[in-house]
Formats: sequence, C-alpha cells, structure tokens
Amino acid sequence: MSENTETFFRMRDIVKTYPLGDDETTILKGISLEILEGEYLSVLGPSGSGKSTLMNIIGCLDRATYGEYILHGSLIDDLDEKELAQIRSREIGFIFQNSQVLPKLDAMKNVELPLIYAGVRPRERARLAEEMLVKVGLKERIHHRPNMLSGGQLQRVAIARALVTHPTLLLADEPTGALDQTTGQQIMDLFQELNNDGHTIIMITHDHKVARHARRIVNIIDGELTEVKEADFT
Amino acid sequence: MKKFFHRLFGGFYMFTESVSMSIGNITQNRLRSFLTILGIMIGVTAVIALITTVSGVSTSISDSFTSMGAGTMTVAVTGNDVQAGLTTDNLDEITKLDHITGVTPSVSATISVARGSNYESDISLSGKNDYYFTTTDAVARGRAINAIDLADMSRVCLIDSDMVDEFFYGVDPLGQTLYLNNLSFTVVGVLSDSESESISEMVSGTSDIYAPFTTVLKMNSESLVTSMTVYIDDTSASDDVQTTLGNYLDSLFSYEEDTYTITTMDSIQDTMDSMLSMMSALLGGIASISLIVGGIGIMNMMLTSVTERTVEIGLKKAIGAEPGQIQIQFLIEAFLLSMIGGIMGVILGIALSAILCQVMGTTFTISYSAIALGVGFSAAVGILFGWSPARKASNLDPIDALRRL
Repeated sequence: MSENTETFFRMRDIVKTYPLGDDETTILKGISLEILEGEYLSVLGPSGSGKSTLMNIIGCLDRATYGEYILHGSLIDDLDEKELAQIRSREIGFIFQNSQVLPKLDAMKNVELPLIYAGVRPRERARLAEEMLVKVGLKERIHHRPNMLSGGQLQRVAIARALVTHPTLLLADEPTGALDQTTGQQIMDLFQELNNDGHTIIMITHDHKVARHARRIVNIIDGELTEVKEADFT
Repeated sequence: MKKFFHRLFGGFYMFTESVSMSIGNITQNRLRSFLTILGIMIGVTAVIALITTVSGVSTSISDSFTSMGAGTMTVAVTGNDVQAGLTTDNLDEITKLDHITGVTPSVSATISVARGSNYESDISLSGKNDYYFTTTDAVARGRAINAIDLADMSRVCLIDSDMVDEFFYGVDPLGQTLYLNNLSFTVVGVLSDSESESISEMVSGTSDIYAPFTTVLKMNSESLVTSMTVYIDDTSASDDVQTTLGNYLDSLFSYEEDTYTITTMDSIQDTMDSMLSMMSALLGGIASISLIVGGIGIMNMMLTSVTERTVEIGLKKAIGAEPGQIQIQFLIEAFLLSMIGGIMGVILGIALSAILCQVMGTTFTISYSAIALGVGFSAAVGILFGWSPARKASNLDPIDALRRL
C-alpha cells in the first residue's frame, strides 16, 4: 500500500514532439509531475500552452516521445493500443468540456457504457450505473434522454460515467467550460465532494477562478510546468 | 481461471450489447438502412429465383425424358464394306439377347400421296414393325401392322387424323385405297393423336403415315436397317445390355471400328443435366454480381457511418473501448445489415421462383442448397465489405476524434 502511494502517479521528463513538415515542433519540454493518491490538482494554462497534449498523455490517449510515465504501478510508455485502452478502462475516468454523452442512449445507458467495455454483466452494470446517477443527484432522471437534460445535468451524467468504473484517477478537461456560473459552481462543489470521498482528481483549465477550487495548482506555459505557491492563489 | 471467465463472459456481454447497439443504429437511419439492405436483398432474390427455376426446369425435363425413353436405347449402324446395316435376321437375333424385349427399326421415306384428285407431296412415311405397336397405343381405329404384313411386305398403311381429313373427308378410310408413290396401299388403321413419341421421332419429326418397315425398305430399294430403338425390360441392366449388344455388333462387323453407336437415354440425360447445371452456374454467377454490388452499398454506408460517428468512436475509445471491440461492433452492424437483406431475399426469392415455376409449368421444389448459398453469401458479403470500414473505425485516433468536440 505504501509503495502504491509512492508510485501512484509519476511523470519524469516528459517530452512530446510533433512532426511539422521536415522539421518537428516540441509541445511539451520535459515535464515532471508527481501526485499522491487523493490529491486534487489543477493544471492551469492558456490555449496553445500544451495542456491538451499533457491531458492526452495523462489520460493514456497518447504516448510521450521521451520520458517516463507511471500510473498506479503501470509503466505507460511501452504499452500498445489495446493495453492503453485497458488502462483507460480500469484507471481513468474522463470528463470532457461538452460532457459528450451519446444522444441515442438514455442517461442510464450512457453511464453503463464504460462497464460494457470492461465486461461487467448486465445486472451489475445497471446497479452500478443507478448508484452513480443517484450519487451525482440525477435520481429522478435516470431514464431521460440527453435532449431532455440541461447542460449541468448532462455534465453530471458525464461525471457519473467517469466514476462508474471506480477509476483511480478522474481527469477533467474544462469541466465547467460550457456551463453558466451557478451550474459551474454546483459541478465544482460535486468535485469537492468526490475529492473528500478520496477520489484523485486532475482538472485542466484556462480559468484561474476554476483552478482555485483545487488544493494544488500547476501552471503550464509553453510546454513547461511550474508549481503555483499557495500564496499566489489570489 | 477467474480472469479467463471474466474475459469470456465480458466478451459475451460486449457482444450482445454490440448487437443491440447495431440494431439501434440500423433503425436510427431507416431509409438509408433500407436502401442498403435492398441491394443485398435483390442479389439474393435473383440468385435463389434463378437457381430454383433452373432446377425446376431441369427436373421437368428429366421427368419427361424418363417417361419418354426409360428402358430404351437407340442404335445407329453404319456397318462395314461387307454389310452396311442390319438384316431382318439380325434384328431377330438381337431380340433374343438377354433383357431385350424387342426392337423397332427406324426406316423412313419421303413420299407423295394421292387419292382421286387429291395429291400431296413431301409426306413422311415411317416403316414400323409389329413390336412397335405393343409399346404404344398408336392405333385409334382399325388394326396394327402384324407379322404377316412384314413377311409379305404387304402394301398396307396406317394414317393420322390429318391425313384422314385431307384424303377421306366424310368417308371411312378403313379398307380404302391410297396411292403412295403411285403404289396402291390399303388403309388398315388410323393413328391416335395422343400417341407418345419416342426420342428419335422427337428429333426427326413425327410421321403422317406408318407402313411395314419391310415394305418401306423395298420402296427405298434397300434391304438393310441402319437405325433402331432397342427396348429392355430392366433399366438397371442397361449397361449389361449395352455390352452384349456391342459384342454382337462387333462380331457381326468383324470388330472393325466405328461401325455402330449405341446411345442410351442415360447418356442423353447426362449431357442434358450437365448443360443445365452449367446454365444454372452461369446464371447464378451473373446474379451474384448483383450481390457484390449490394456489398459495395454496405461498404459505402458503413464508411459514411464511421465518418459520422467519429466523435462517438473517439469517446468510446477514451472511456476504455479496445480497438477490437470497436471493430467488432461495426462488423456486427455490417453483418446484420447484410443478413437482414439475405433473409428477406431468401423469402422473396422462394416466392418469386414459386410463381415462375407456376407460370412455366415446371416442378417447384425448395432448394435448400440455394437458401444456404443465399444466406451464406450475404453473411460473407457483410463481413467482407464491412471489414474495411470496421478496421477504419478501430484505427481511429481518439485524440483526433475528440478534437472535434
């Protein structure tokens, strides 16, 4: 357990380059980051800073060109497509800006989706999905289609979907970006609750006010990471 | 072990879920799905209708062959320099061979017929023996040709009803005289209209007048028979008869080559069957081109669908779907589309061929091999043409897909 805590999340000298014509461009210039289990971290940066690329690598959607990334004891760098998918399925819960729920499926089915790919049997799936929808406050809207839900409710469905596999890491990309202030605040409150329950959260945002909800903030500018001190929060 | 079962059942749940998701996607876009299905449906319908109809025709033909010529074989004799045909004694000897019940020589002539002021040329005259009349109900009225007629080369004849109308209008033809090639013949019988025809008559056309074959030979200034039909009592002994008959003819013609040919009904039917199955394969091949066109339709729809659902695919991948799982889902969708078309095509094809067989008056039998072919073919088309779009979906980069959010 102690070893687990130690190597829960560690990035060391992560470099990401993309080919650009004959040349190549470096998006991430050697990022090192360590997170403990149960932490709540904001990655704050303007657009073009490389924060999306960093999120893709953290979320195991992409691999670094150089460097070492360990998530929950697994070395991510050498995994193939299929193994990456399995890591995503097991370890990571994604929450995107536009919530991205499938319009053809009701709230329940949307939340069940990750469990289908994880191979959970139908009855168990339904139980877990319902439990999560209740937890995010959508008890009354379990069988509503996305077109009958508000933006905040859709984001709650997305959060339930991210949580339903009991991932070790919740990864949120601008989770309040498409919401009004009040609804955004409600979602932030929900994140706080989840963190209090022991969920590890990484939130990517360009908004200082949103970033401040986290207990720890790192700044990403031009592909380089700097720790923001508690005193700088205001 | 537990992990193994987890993966096994997990795969199964994934599979059932993929089927229901596919059905959802197919019904989502009803018109597009229907048009795609239509392509496969038409292809399968064509394949089944053609194969079933051709096999119906084939059954009908072989049925009528059997009723026409079961237990007969045709012998054509060219003979050698010494003897260029068969004598009446030869025919008697052949009749005595095992399993042979009788022979009917085929002798014919084209003659002119006259009675009073009526005159007609180019009338076909057939020489028959007494045995011939025991094999069919050829005589409607009067008597058949008998052994005495043959021995005496009597000038007697039987005429068909057209001849009766032409030369004996309002007169009973029996016992009357008719001039064949200026020779006076006595009409002893009238032929029935519904007389069943032998295969050689089918080829050469029916005759209007029958006379003793010995008489016809004499009219032709010939003494030898060059063609005959051999009747056997047991169709299963056909090969044996062919051998003994061959041996007899070989010894008669000093074992020289190409002095005779024996054609059995079996060999004619074999040729016919192979022709029909070739036709069936050809038509089936043409019809299966439309199945390939249908397959291209499926591929087109699936490719469009992959493009439209890029975001969905990316999202599913982000939340843990493996490339293989995405591929399976799209393959199942293509497979289902094709199978729906295939099953509808089978039903429609059977209905269509039942109607066609009814119209053509041939036997309709449901060909299970055609159904298996139709269903199997459409399944194969679905997987084959669904493969590349499914592959494309599974290879989609989730980052690219999610960038469209």
